[in-house]
This record gives sequence, C-alpha cells and structure tokens, in this order.
Amino acid sequence: MIRANNLQLRMGNRILVDRLDWQVAPGECWCVIGRNGAGKSTLLRTLAGLHLPEGGSVEMQGLILADWSLPALARERAYLAQSRSDAFGYRVIETVLTARHPYHADRYWEGSDDHQAAYAALQAMEVADLAERDVRTLSGGERQRVAIAALLAQDTPLLLLDEPANALDLAHQVRVMGLLARLCRDQRKTVVMVGHDLNLAHSVATHALLLMGEGQWRAGTVAEVMQASILGNCLGHPIESVQHGKRIFFIPAEET
Amino acid sequence: MRHRATVILAVLILLALASLLLAGMIGSITLPVSDLPSALGEVVRGTPLTMTATLLDLRLGRALTAFVTGAALALAGVMMQALLRNPLADPYVLGISGGAAVGALAAILLMCAAWMIDAAAFGGAVSVSMLLYFLARRDLRGGLAAEGGASLLLLTGVILSSGCMALVTLMLSIAPESRLRGMVFWMIGDLSGAQVRWLPWLVLVGSLVFALRAARAINVVALHAEAAATLGVRVGALRQRLFFCSGLLTASAVTSAGSIGFVGLIVPHACRFAFGPDHRLLLPAAALAGGAFLVLADTLARTVLAPQQLPVGVVTAMIGVPIFLFQLHHIRRK
Repeated sequence: MIRANNLQLRMGNRILVDRLDWQVAPGECWCVIGRNGAGKSTLLRTLAGLHLPEGGSVEMQGLILADWSLPALARERAYLAQSRSDAFGYRVIETVLTARHPYHADRYWEGSDDHQAAYAALQAMEVADLAERDVRTLSGGERQRVAIAALLAQDTPLLLLDEPANALDLAHQVRVMGLLARLCRDQRKTVVMVGHDLNLAHSVATHALLLMGEGQWRAGTVAEVMQASILGNCLGHPIESVQHGKRIFFIPAEET
Repeated sequence: MRHRATVILAVLILLALASLLLAGMIGSITLPVSDLPSALGEVVRGTPLTMTATLLDLRLGRALTAFVTGAALALAGVMMQALLRNPLADPYVLGISGGAAVGALAAILLMCAAWMIDAAAFGGAVSVSMLLYFLARRDLRGGLAAEGGASLLLLTGVILSSGCMALVTLMLSIAPESRLRGMVFWMIGDLSGAQVRWLPWLVLVGSLVFALRAARAINVVALHAEAAATLGVRVGALRQRLFFCSGLLTASAVTSAGSIGFVGLIVPHACRFAFGPDHRLLLPAAALAGGAFLVLADTLARTVLAPQQLPVGVVTAMIGVPIFLFQLHHIRRK
C-alpha cells in the first residue's frame, strides 16, 4: 500500500527518523508511538505528501508520491491533521462535503451521492444531529468527530490519522478505535495513526512503529514490539504490563 | 443549495439594476420615471439629445464606475480573506492601496495630467504587489509550508503599508496649499472625476470567471489551509492566483476611484453573515452587493449635502463603521 525507502526526516539539525525502510500492507492497522518531538507527526505529514523528506522517498502503490497527481492521490489516502483552526463559520455538513472534492472537481455543486456519503459518515461518527451547526460553535470532541467523519466521507483505501482520539471522551475513543479496526478487518482499509494511549493502540493496532529518538526506530507486529521493556525504552519511562483476562495493559511504573 | 443560490443571485441582480436606476433618477434635478424609457433609449443609442437623456448619461456613467469599483473591492475582499484565512482582512491590508496612494500623490504633487495620475496609481499598486510577492514568495508558494504560514504575507503587507503611509504623510506635509485638496480627496476616495473605462470591467469579469471556476477549491483551502493538498487542491498555485487576482482588482479599483475604505471589508462580511461562507455563492453575491452598495453610497454622497459633493469614501466609512461594529459584537454574543 505505502512504503518508505531509506527515509530520513530532519528538523533543523536534529535527525528524527533515519534510514527508515518500512512497508504497510492493505488491511493493516499501524500505530506510531514515540515521545513528544520524536517526529511522529512529521512522519505522518510526509506520508500524506505535506512534508518533503530530507532523504529517501515514500511510495504509494509502487509510485513515488511526487509522481502522483494531487486529485488521484486524494482518492487514495485521507489525512487527519492534529489540530484545526476554523476561520470561517462553515456548517458541519459543508465541511464534510468538501471531503468529496477529489471525486467531482468538475461539478459546481455537490450531487445527491455526495450528500449520501456525507450523511452516512456523520451517522457513523454519531454527529448527524449537528449537521446544520456552525463548526466554530462545536466543542473540541464534537469538532474532532466531525473531522473524522470528513475523513470517512473521503472514502479512501488509506487513512492517516494524527491523534484521532484527541479531545474525545472515553466512550467515543473506544468507538472510533473500534470503527477503525473494523474498517481494516472488513473493508481491507489501511490505517496509520499516531497515538499516545498505549492501551487504546494495543487494542486496535495490528502493527506498531516505535520511534526511539535520534533516528532509531523499530517496526513490527504488536506482539513483537509492544512489550513493556521496549516501550519503556521508547518512551523514556519504565513501563509495566498487566494481564487482565485476555487483555494486556501497560502502566507507567511509579517513580520511587 | 443550487436553488437557494439562484434565488439569492437573481434578487441581488435586480437590486443592482434598481440601484443603478435610482442613481440615474436622483440628483439636483429628479428625473420622472415616465421619461426614463425614452431617455434610456437615447443613451443606449449614444445620442443623448434631450436634457433628461444628457443627465441620465452623466449619472449612469458615474454610477457604472461606482458599480465596477464596488464590485471589484468586494470581490478582492473575499479573495484576500480566503487567502489569509482571516475574515477581517480587507483589500487594503497588504498595502496595495498604499502603493497606489504614493504613486497618485506623487503625480498630483508634480502636477501631472489626470491620466498620468491614474497610471501612477496603478503603477504604485502593482509595484507594491510585486515587492510583496517577492518578499513573501516562500509563503505564497508554500503548499508545503508549516501550519499558519499566512502570517508572513500578512505581516510583510502590514509593514509595507505603513511604509507607504509614511511616504504619503511626507508628500502631504511638503505639498503646496493649492494641491492639498486634490490629494486629500484622492486619499479618501472620490468618484466625481471618474470616467467610464473598459479596463476595470475586463479585470472584474476576468477575476469573477477565475473565482467561480476556483470556488470549490477556495472552500477547501479556507477550511483546511495547507492540508487542502490532501484533498487534491494545488494550494500554492491557488494562493498565488488569489493574490494576483485580488491585487489586480484592488489596483484597478483604487485607480478609478482612490482608496475607498470599508467596501472590501463590510460587504463580504455582511454577505457571509447573510448567505453563509460557501464561496460558490459568496463570491458572485459579494461582487453584486458591493457594486450596488457603492452606487447607493455615491448617490448619497452627491445628494445629501447638494450642491456640495462629499467624497464617497466618507459615506462608506460612515455607513461601514457602525455596521461593522454591530456585526462584530453580534457574532461575539452568539
């Protein structure tokens, strides 16, 4: 689906990611884990084509990103930014309808098929009742769900999400993660997300990419890399794992 | 949506025509409605013989210039606001009108002919735009720039604008008494000396065609800023075109009528308030409303203290300031 070849990302003189050779296959759900400033968002922006890598390349379906046309690429992958600023008072439904732009750039107004896709996405995120609201009047969590709904309405095989659980309450965190896992399992969609909640990530992800700092990284299945000692190393704080039934929980060790 | 837009635009077109008609009728001598059709016929044929027709010809010429100026300013305002993603930006905020003022005032100071004042104003506006483009080109091209990248362009524009204002003040302070009045009138914005020209109409129609074709993409950029690229919009190219178009519109408006304040701020704001921020409707609606607004403001400017004629910039500011303050506080309360 998408792969990184010998990818290097830098911020100033600091090397974030070095010699990253990484491949994501259809149906996989990846979680990118790392400390603040480790380069998670920069990596995701690079995959989305919003940041040019300092070295190496990113390929989508065998073609490097720069060779794709933007509209064609927009039908293949969707990107959820970490935060948004709403300068204008668009209605919720309008923001979701703009996600249909890559499909009908030649239309002036959206058609009924676009409206159907938009309403279905709003319903999936349980925000259909907000459709006529001004986005600037929404709460942080509502705005986040509307943004994810727009992502769903874009209806792409690859979803890149920068902290999708941001500002969501517990119930919606679980529901959004469950939805992403189902999309991967049932519709063979591919998800790459950045997240800070290890337990949430562990419950939905099939694979994880750990950014260890100073360019180091580890990639593998959840069972391989999401182990207390490796995670503790990655996040710079000792972590313990606890078994509860079939589930494993990670908790930070107490400072003594 | 489509239906609603058609209705709104049809109403606005009727409103614009009504404003032009009103501007033709009202003045030192009020023309009766019954004489209008025949007089209008004479004007259209290009042979105004009767007194009614002559008056109508004069007034309509001025009203049409007011219309094209107002439409250009409102359209430039919407574009600038979308470009900077700031609903409080106006076409003058980047100093383009300041450049025009420097050019025009220098020409007045040097006692140039009227057409040279226009040319100097246009030249000043274009030079400032080019300078701005050169200084902020990284920001304008930046489809890949970091979030919130519009601030470099905005700050550069504000600084250039204050530089131009300093030059203007310098010229005003050394100008001889006799030329001061003309300079001040130019600064406030005045339509009394304006003649009918084709260039502003060409610029307006060209920009409107571009704006309508790009309206969908403008919506995406207004919503998502740089991330609009992930929805298939070439952000850098679109921003450059928006900058170019709004600069050209402002330059052409400022050249025909001086710097008329508030039209480019109030009209887009009021339209967004009334019809919503969707640029597919907002762009043409603001152009029509801006044109009609300036025609009415100019009619007021030449009748309210007749035979004394006020500069139209004073009228737009008098109407604009309270409306703007009202809207601002109304939105805050919501």
